[in-house]
Order: sequence, then C-alpha cells, then structure tokens
Amino acid sequence: MNALLVHAPVLLVAVPLLGAFAVPILGKLGRGVRDAFIGLIIAVTAALAGWLAADFFAGGAVPFVYQLGGQSTGIPLLSGGIPIRILLEIDGLSAFMALITALITLTGAFFSFSYWKNRSGGTLYFSLFLLLTAGIFGMQLTGDLFNFFVFLEITSIAACGLIGFRVWLRRSQEAGFKVMTLYTLSGLFVLLAIGLLYSEYGGLNMGYLAGVLGTGVLDKVALGLLLTGLAMKAGAVPLHMWAPDAYGEAPAPMSAVLVANSQASLYAVFRIVFTLFGATVSAASLGWILIVLALLTIFVGVTMALIQSDIKRLIAYGAVSQIGYMLLGVGVGLAVSGHAALPDYGLVAIQGGLFHMLNDAACVGLLFFASGAVIRAAGTRNLNQMGGLAHHMKWTTVFFVIGAFALAGVPPFNGFASKFLIYEASFQLSPFLSIIAILSSILLLAVFVKVFQAAFLGPRPAQPVAEAPVGMLIPMAVLAAVVIAFGLFPGFFVDHIVTPAAKALWDGPAAYITTVVGLGG
Amino acid sequence: MNIGNFPFVVAALLVVLGLYALLFKRNLIKIVIGISLIETGVNLFLVMAGYRTGGMAPIYTLAPTPIRDMVLPTPQALTLTSIVIGLATTALLLSFAVFIHRHYGTLDIQEIKELNG
Amino acid sequence: MNGLQSGFGAWNPIAWTLLFLGILVLALFVRSRGRRDYKRGTGQTKVFLSGNEEPEERGGLHVRADNLYWGMVDGLSGYYRRVRALHTGVLSDYVAWFIGALALMFVILVLVG
Repeated sequence: MNALLVHAPVLLVAVPLLGAFAVPILGKLGRGVRDAFIGLIIAVTAALAGWLAADFFAGGAVPFVYQLGGQSTGIPLLSGGIPIRILLEIDGLSAFMALITALITLTGAFFSFSYWKNRSGGTLYFSLFLLLTAGIFGMQLTGDLFNFFVFLEITSIAACGLIGFRVWLRRSQEAGFKVMTLYTLSGLFVLLAIGLLYSEYGGLNMGYLAGVLGTGVLDKVALGLLLTGLAMKAGAVPLHMWAPDAYGEAPAPMSAVLVANSQASLYAVFRIVFTLFGATVSAASLGWILIVLALLTIFVGVTMALIQSDIKRLIAYGAVSQIGYMLLGVGVGLAVSGHAALPDYGLVAIQGGLFHMLNDAACVGLLFFASGAVIRAAGTRNLNQMGGLAHHMKWTTVFFVIGAFALAGVPPFNGFASKFLIYEASFQLSPFLSIIAILSSILLLAVFVKVFQAAFLGPRPAQPVAEAPVGMLIPMAVLAAVVIAFGLFPGFFVDHIVTPAAKALWDGPAAYITTVVGLGG
Repeated sequence: MNIGNFPFVVAALLVVLGLYALLFKRNLIKIVIGISLIETGVNLFLVMAGYRTGGMAPIYTLAPTPIRDMVLPTPQALTLTSIVIGLATTALLLSFAVFIHRHYGTLDIQEIKELNG
Repeated sequence: MNGLQSGFGAWNPIAWTLLFLGILVLALFVRSRGRRDYKRGTGQTKVFLSGNEEPEERGGLHVRADNLYWGMVDGLSGYYRRVRALHTGVLSDYVAWFIGALALMFVILVLVG
C-alpha cells in the first residue's frame, strides 16, 4: 500500500492517461462497462490525490521530488549540478491544486454520466475528459519547464476538443476555433521563453533555474513571455475574451473542468513569478502589474456579466471576474514581499487568494452544473425565455442559491471567508483595491439575483418540467456540501491546507531549490 | 554582427511573419498557416539553441575516436516533441475550420463573430 | 479553531450562524404574537397598490431578465457602449490584444523593473 503512496505523483498522471486510451476500446463492450470503468478510473485518481494531499499536509508539508526513472525515485540525479531527469515536485501549492482538480473532475465526471444518459457519442467525450484530467494533474505536479509545456498543450488540445465536441452546434465550432488559436499562440510563446531560458542556462528544471537565474534583458523577456502567455490561459482582462466563448459553449460539466484548467494556468503564473523568478525580479513592480490586471479583471468581468442574456455566458463572465480576486490576493502578497520588514498582511493576502481558488472552483462548478440542469429543463439558454422553474425544480433552485450566494461572498458560505481575507489584506496596501473588490462582489450578487429571478421565479411554465435527474443532483449536492463545510469551518481548512500552500509562495524559492539541487547525488 | 547569429534572425523573422498572417489575414486557413509559421520559427530557434560550432551529431556509435564537439541532443528532443504537438494542433484547427465552413458558409474571420459582447 | 484571523479582524462563522438563527427565532416569536382572527380572501388581506386596482393578468406577469436592471445599465451606458464594442468577437482582435499586452509587459519589465 505504501508503494502506491510513494508513486502517487506519477500515478495521478498515468491512471487517467491509461483510462483515456482504454475507454474507446472498452466502449465497444457496452455502456455499462464503459461507465463502470470510467467511474473506477476517476474514483482511483481522486482517492490518490486525496491520499497524497492528506499524507503531505499531515506530515508537515515538507516538499519532496519524484524522479521519473532511475534507481530511486526520491533522489534526483544531478550532472554538473543540473538535474537530468524529469522531476515531479510536490510542495504545498502543488498538493493544494491537486486537491482542487480532484474535486472538480470527480464531480464533473459523475455529472457527465447523467448528461450523456440518453445520447450517443459519450465514449469519445469521456476519453477527452480523462486526457484533460491527466494534463491538468501533470501541469500542477511537474517540476520541469518543458514537461510543463507538454502538459499545457495536452490540456489545450483536450479542452478545445471538448469545447467543440457538439459539432452540430455552429457556435461551439466558432468557440473551438478561437480558443484553440489563442491557446496555441500562448503555448508557442511559452515554448519560446523556455527555449530562451534553456539556451542561457542549459537546464530545464524549475528548481535548478530558480537558483541560477539572473536579471539580464533576456531573462526579463522570458518572464514577460511566460507571464503574458499563461495569464491569457488563465483569463485575465484584457486577454479574457475567449473565456466566455469557451465556458459558454462547452457542455455543462465541461465548463466546470475548464475553470479548473484556467486555475491550473493561474497556478503556473504563481509558480513562475514566486519560485522561478523569485530571487531576481523586482517584487514591487511585478506585484503591481498583477494587481492592475486583477482590478481590471474583477471590474470588467462582473459588469459584462450584468448585460448577458445567455445563462452560461453570464456565469462564465462571473468566473472570469473571480479569477481577478485570486490575482488580487496573490498580487498584494507579491507587492509587499519585497519590503525589508515583511508585513503580516502579505501572507494573509496570499492565503485569501489561494483559498479563493478552492472556493471559486466549488461554487462555479455548482453554478455550471445547475445551469446545465436548468437548460435541459427549460429547453433554451436565453434568460429572457425562461421562467418559473422553481415550482418544479426545488433542489436545483436550492443548489443554485447556495452557489450564487457563496460566489458573491455572502456569509456564512466559503466565498465570504476567502473574500474576507482578501478585503482585509488589500485594504492595508491601498483602500482603493478593497473598495473595487467589495463593490464588484455586490454587483455579482446583483447579477445572480437577475439569473434567479429570470430562471426560477415567475409563474408556472405552460408545460410542467421535471426535476433534474438524481445523477445530476448528487454532484451538485457534493459541491454544495463542500461549500457549506468550508464556509462553517474555514479556520480548520485554512490552517491545515491553505497556509502551507501560501507559505510555499511567501517564504520564497529556497525550499523548492534545495529539494531539487540540495539533495542530489 | 556575427554571421553565426543569422539562424536566430531567421527564426525571429518567421515568428513575425506568422504573427502578421495571424493578425491581418482574413481567411481562416491563412490564420492556421500563420500559426504554423510561428511554430516553425520557434522550432528553428530551439534547434539552434543546441548548436555548438564545429560540432557533430550527438551519436556515440561509430564516432571518430578523438571525439570532437557534439551538438546538444536535448533541444533536438524538445523540437521533436514540439513538432508532434504542432501536428495535433494544426489538425484540430483545420477540422474546426471545416465545420465552421459547413455551418457559416464562409471562411472570413470578420464574418464569424456570433459570439460577441 | 474554527474562526479566521486576518490580523486586523476576525470571522467566526459558527458564531454568526448562531446569531442569525437567534434573530430568526426572535423574529418568528414576534410574528407569533400577532392576531389570528383575520379573514382570508376579504379586503383584510388584499394587496395595497396606492389605491389602484390589482391587475387581473397578474398570473402571466414576469419581468424579463434584460429588463431587470435597465436603470443601472442605462446609467452606465457610456461605459457599456465602449466596453461592449471592444468585445468584437473577431479572432484577429483577440490576438491584437494579446500582442499589445505582450508589448506593454516588455516595456514595463525591461525599462522599468
């Protein structure tokens, strides 16, 4: 059993990958066999991720490496100080992101089962879904820059394949083309930056590069390329315009997993800014760049959400706006990490930003699932043509209200807990930041009141609609339970899960570097 | 201006040409060609990153006995990976272009803007 | 243990929930002290609309989604006209934003910090 835990980092990538390639073959044996196999693969992956994270956080959050190949997986092989094999490095932030991915892909897969119940073509959908899962886990666990690029492209291709999956809908093809072009462009610029760094320093491992990076013009060019490319994949304004197309046109369970994909790119931004360039870049200017991006994202995201008439596009703009909160928290932390006397509120800000990643994934996932159920019941996506669904779909209404209140930051749900940390910490840096953040939270509540009024309130519809099937309600219930649990006991989760992740960023790259270079032989 | 820097200039020129095609051409297929040009430029840059002056191919079997300088093999592996990724990306982009033409009847990027606002 | 400390404030959701439930109980208690001898369906329970008649078609009245916040959208119409026009939906414009942001990032990083 312990061997499973030791190899858990690579199994988190390998098991979904095996599932992705085995599903088309097993799909020939019938739907029941296929569903059971996919459920098994996803359950094993989620269990491994949970076990890895639990063991990691309970053991004091000491970062460790996993070397692919070689005699021992724990000790990297160095040649002249440069690690020469692909290393997966697990530290607080990676384990935290793996937890988020496991939650979203688990609930997304079970929602997908009931989504595809009476339609054909689900086999290839699940194959792409498992490929996307493997890619996201790979992006979050890897410690090697080129390996990161490979997983980045895997997620791009799988995500765009899933966005344009329903080829009979014209808008999804348009969305798929646009998103694929932008993802490929940003991936190519990331590859250009990786090539620049490799030709300067001769190594591709993140821990090694963090130790030897300098402050020349080429390094800054590489930082600019990496930052812009990955910020576009994360959905920061003004590079966000693909996001409403992508989240809006993908099938409902996929929108939630696409949000997890964007959060993985946001994780990459944090990893590059704090760990890779942590020792060399001017923290204040980079922090303020992130803060400006964050404010733009928060405000433009929520104001554009107010005028949408398509329910999924509206929730997509809400999701874009929440990415801004994560950027704001971590940006404030970065901006003050360069001061000589480290203020406490920098760590609090990073805690708020990272905790909001988890909360946002759960809430936006819940909202997208509820919108999928609503679209299936109402038969239309236009908010102007819906009404009165609360009479027949009581559970979906309750889950939607929980998700909407949580995302808008209404106590006692988890959105308020993380936004509380972000408000308090950003107020210390500049009151203007927290004013924009609080106002946008209120506007987001207004946006969801609009959706609630349009879709759920009103007179009974002409034809009675059925409640969402149980297969759709159970993933929503799981996410709602997560929302309520994290809302009522935030201190426990922040102390045990979020603080090690925040400290992995706040304390600088030293621990990350010595885990790779210090132990090698 | 060292003549050895010429391949890097060519790689940068390819990237710029690809960006020009991506930004200013209206046909979907030309946009895909622009992305392919950018990929080619980046791959050329990666291969050139490993070159060592006067180096030979990094193969130990049947190498001449006083082994001369070899070029770095890692960038060649990176470039192969990138070429394969580029293949998958181009295939997906072109299949989307086929479906867009089937639905919209046009390949003009200025006409395909139903998802706006 | 189950509260958050931010260094400048504290948030304890259990205490908040208990307070909320306590106030809810108080409100229900106050409501229960009301009179029960009213007659339903007569003028005692009719909605007061400033003396106007209640429209008969109330069953089909439902404010559409786009009309719900028309006042706010109208007030911000200058902002919305410009920002919505920027979201053109054309792919070349998306790439132009990307290249523009890249150029700005280079200028800031290389020249300033």
